[in-house]
Amino acid sequence: MPKDHGIGASTKRREDVRFLTGAGNYTDDINVHGQAYVHFLRSDVAHGRITNIDTAAAAAMPGVVRIFTGADFEGVGGLPCGWQVTDKHGEVMKEPPHPVLAQGKVRHVGEPIAAVVADTLQQARDAADAIDLDIEELPAVVNMKAALEEGATKVHDDLSDNLCYDWGFVEENKGAVEEAIANAAHVTTLELVNNRLVANPMEPRVAVGDFNRATGDSTLYTTSQNPHVIRLLMGAFVLGIPEHKLRVVAPDVGGGFGTKIFHYAEEAFCTFAAKACNRAVKWTSTRSEAFMSDAHGRDHVTKIELALDADNNFTAVRTETYANMGAYLSTFAPSVPTWLHGTLMAGNYKTPNIYVNVKAVFTNTVPVDAYRGAGRPEATYQLERVIDKAARELGVDPVELRRQNFITEFPYATPVAVEYDTGDYHATMDKMLELIDRDGFAARRAESEKKGKLRGLGINCFIEACGIAPSNLVGQLGARAGLYESATVRVNATGGLVVMTGSHSHGQGHETAFPQVISEMIGIPEDQVEIVHGDTANTPMGMGTYGSRSIAVGGSAMVRAAEKIIAKTKKIAAHLLEAAEADIELKDGQFSVAGTDKSVAWGDVCLAAYVPHNYPLEDIEPGLEETAFYDPSNFTYPAGAYACEVEVDPETGVTTIEKFVSADDFGNVVNPMIVEGQVHGGIAQGIGQALLENCVYDENGQLLSASYMDYAMPRADDLPEMAAYTVDHSCQTPCTHNPLGVKGCGEAGAIGSPPTVINAILDALNSGGHKVDHIDMPASPSRVWAAINNAS
Amino acid sequence: MYSFDIERPTTLADALAALADDEAQALGGGQTLIPTLKQRLASPSKLVCLSGIEELKGISRDGDTLTIGGGTTHGTIARETAEGFPGLAGLASKIGDPAVRNRGTIGGSLANNDPSACYPAAAMACGATIVTNSREIAADDYFQGMFATALEEGEIITAVKFPVPESSAYIKFEQPASRFPLVGVFVAKYADRVGVGVTGASEEGVFRWTEAEAALGGNFAESALEGLSVSGDGMIGDLHGTGAYRAHLVGVMTRRAVAAAR
Ligand SMILES: Cc1cc2nc3c(=O)[nH]c(=O)nc-3n(C[C@H](O)[C@H](O)[C@H](O)COP(=O)(O)OP(=O)(O)OC[C@H]3O[C@@H](n4cnc5c(N)ncnc54)[C@H](O)[C@@H]3O)c2cc1C
Repeated sequence: MPKDHGIGASTKRREDVRFLTGAGNYTDDINVHGQAYVHFLRSDVAHGRITNIDTAAAAAMPGVVRIFTGADFEGVGGLPCGWQVTDKHGEVMKEPPHPVLAQGKVRHVGEPIAAVVADTLQQARDAADAIDLDIEELPAVVNMKAALEEGATKVHDDLSDNLCYDWGFVEENKGAVEEAIANAAHVTTLELVNNRLVANPMEPRVAVGDFNRATGDSTLYTTSQNPHVIRLLMGAFVLGIPEHKLRVVAPDVGGGFGTKIFHYAEEAFCTFAAKACNRAVKWTSTRSEAFMSDAHGRDHVTKIELALDADNNFTAVRTETYANMGAYLSTFAPSVPTWLHGTLMAGNYKTPNIYVNVKAVFTNTVPVDAYRGAGRPEATYQLERVIDKAARELGVDPVELRRQNFITEFPYATPVAVEYDTGDYHATMDKMLELIDRDGFAARRAESEKKGKLRGLGINCFIEACGIAPSNLVGQLGARAGLYESATVRVNATGGLVVMTGSHSHGQGHETAFPQVISEMIGIPEDQVEIVHGDTANTPMGMGTYGSRSIAVGGSAMVRAAEKIIAKTKKIAAHLLEAAEADIELKDGQFSVAGTDKSVAWGDVCLAAYVPHNYPLEDIEPGLEETAFYDPSNFTYPAGAYACEVEVDPETGVTTIEKFVSADDFGNVVNPMIVEGQVHGGIAQGIGQALLENCVYDENGQLLSASYMDYAMPRADDLPEMAAYTVDHSCQTPCTHNPLGVKGCGEAGAIGSPPTVINAILDALNSGGHKVDHIDMPASPSRVWAAINNAS
Repeated sequence: MYSFDIERPTTLADALAALADDEAQALGGGQTLIPTLKQRLASPSKLVCLSGIEELKGISRDGDTLTIGGGTTHGTIARETAEGFPGLAGLASKIGDPAVRNRGTIGGSLANNDPSACYPAAAMACGATIVTNSREIAADDYFQGMFATALEEGEIITAVKFPVPESSAYIKFEQPASRFPLVGVFVAKYADRVGVGVTGASEEGVFRWTEAEAALGGNFAESALEGLSVSGDGMIGDLHGTGAYRAHLVGVMTRRAVAAAR
């Protein structure tokens, strides 16, 4: 019988009641009495010099409170970058200033130039139209390789060139890698593009800044995955507001996918303007603004070489990647192509020699930063594509080629600086092969061919580093933040309790899953536990939600705090039961004395803590509230094997996904239903990247895919019927270094699925007499058709 | 959006009077115009809402002629022509989503003449007649390139007359993002001729593929199209597909439409 509560139960998501009945409280639902509205005048050119900006006429328009330009922010800090990468020569990356409002120059379409605060949004927009603005347009740099050429236009005049950093990892391995490649029996080379994406959370970004004249306190309501991080970055680096005078609230947030991690100009603006205008200021992004102001994702161009010996053992991997930073460094941008990418290049394989080179490039495009998976999808995609290509070149089975190179002994220290604690890659591969029914594939392909279709089966293995991350390690790697997580457990007098967590939930289901853990530990019903998150005023300093870290790091902090509570309640129970503390057992919400029938209920012990009449006051304090900060000792390493079957219509190039299976190892699983939902969502996003989504700029830096008319989001009917999916997580090698043995599941689907889909398409395009070597994402109908026709 | 006045006439005469104002613009279902206004890409000072005018709505059949009021929604067309004119019903049923179909009108679509709109393909293939408050215009004369039509300022499409074909089908190859046709082909078979209307593909807007019409006129079968193709020159090329791809799809969609015609 499956469990009906606690760890392992598929408890229904309590938050869905409010989400599905329109009762959520999103940032745009928050209105402060007397608030004004801001409209940003944004650049419509990719690169230019502001030669004139005159706001006088606009300022006189009806309803205008005040118009701000770059000049108002001259003395204010710029948006900080949270990660400093050191390049292969030991030099730190170039870090150009990132102003809140453009200073003299604009560097991407969508960059805010002026901000009009008015009584109504309509008035703000009208006044913005009346701003007299002249921009001398400059040539734009869009293509990364062209941006690095001698004499290329510079995005930042003060920098020597457009190269942010040239990172070599691990530089000391370079010679050995070169030698291994020179001596290889076979080298497979592949050049590919990891397409640029726009995250497109359902809820666009919103910010409401408020200022209390009487207390001098500032409050920012914002769509963030990590309100404490925003408070720190904005307070300390941009506006100079000490944290005790600044509250950041991220209420219900309608999806983030990474793009709501970062600190944005609009948030800083609203907080600043609220004080300057002595009036709350609200901004709600339109979808069009989101396309040109939310940080984009991916955008890597990579050449990868895989060297094999005569027995098909991998002997070396070498990569050269160009990573687009956009016009400015977004909060965590430098870390994505480096430490979240290079460290994963071993994948599931015992390749002894690995060298990764990444050139991060400034271009006149929107900043690029973490997007679901962040670096790890880019690593997996290139590695798993080149392995499939090698298998085709060598005429060997792609499954067997992977298997013979699998890492099988743990812990395993890779040549790229990380140590995998546990895993069983053969187990997930076995499970995946069983679920996809590989033996039946030939018959299914024959059926498709009868209908004039091509059918392909693609597989993929992946590993990710999640549960981000040990603070001391990331500090050495350039992080300017710690990456612990926090929790306060506050038990009420009648035994119910509240967990205040630094992990933010924006759709992941923390409010359901976290109580399951507490319920398991104490033995009280899940509905006795409430989760509070998202408000710096009532939660301990937390680092927020990204990198599949909530249950692994935030959940562990909660466990540690609950352990302190349990230890204290045992002391109280021992006192009440007149027994030795060591003899007290807690089970199903009852404290009992081992070997006796004496017991006292959880609720009575809690009551005693708050009504301490009969209480060991000389030994312990009254009350029941504990806080813990948890800093992991390692990343977690979820891994899996995915497979996909596609049908391709060679006449039109249309690809349909016929079957998709995932066999994941997430370690222990708290709520299987939520985990499966996370994987489904991740796979949908991965299929979106593989088949549909593409953020495209023209050579002038104009965004061509600037709305849903041209940016193809996956819709339900782009994805297979639910019956065609199998999402399995039965292979479990628990994490060895966190108390729950969990690894995290939030990004797996988005990491594992793109190469699976493309490998399947290429398998199809190498059947029926076709021979297609390569296709880039998104494998749109026109590209597939062109690939078939160019090859033949 | 900029602010504007709105008038809600209930008769065609009142609508025309209201539209006499230079700055006025007709509002059909608003499924094209409202998004345009929201983006501040148009600034009419007055909108004249046609949706309260009963005489612009409804579908009637007289012999082999189907007359559809200019204010009839895609949803109504999809439902009410399903039996008598399944090709047109199929076309209407695949426009946008239910909200779009319940608001958007055939008159608005034909007036807008988006190069990727669906109805123009049907109008061309069938040799429909566009009826306005002042005249009747043959489809061949009505469409004049992307977003350009024979309509004068303030002229209202009151109805569209379709000769009902013996069999017909519309096959739309969807642009992956917008789901407007990347290429849409309407094939209509009559006793004495076959019409093939192509939308989405050409830089000149909707067109009739006359070679295919001739070939199919002799033999209404997929095989009649063998060896026929349109050139990629003058076809739209964009991030969703090259001109050559669109030209190729014209052939494929035409064949599929012939196979699907009923
Ligand atoms: C999400 C979405 C998806 C869509 N997908 C498709 C698709 O796949 N295929 C497709 O063909 N269309 C599609 N459309 C467009 C849709 O069909 C519109 O309804 C149609 O193009 C315009 O009709 P309307 O009645 O809404 O006109 P409006 O938007 O009100 O007006 C459009 C223009 O026509 C003028 N006008 C309106 N009615 C008349 C009239 N009776 N006489 C003269 N001028 C008039 C207006 O002044 C305006 O210039 C889609 C729209 C949306 C929002």
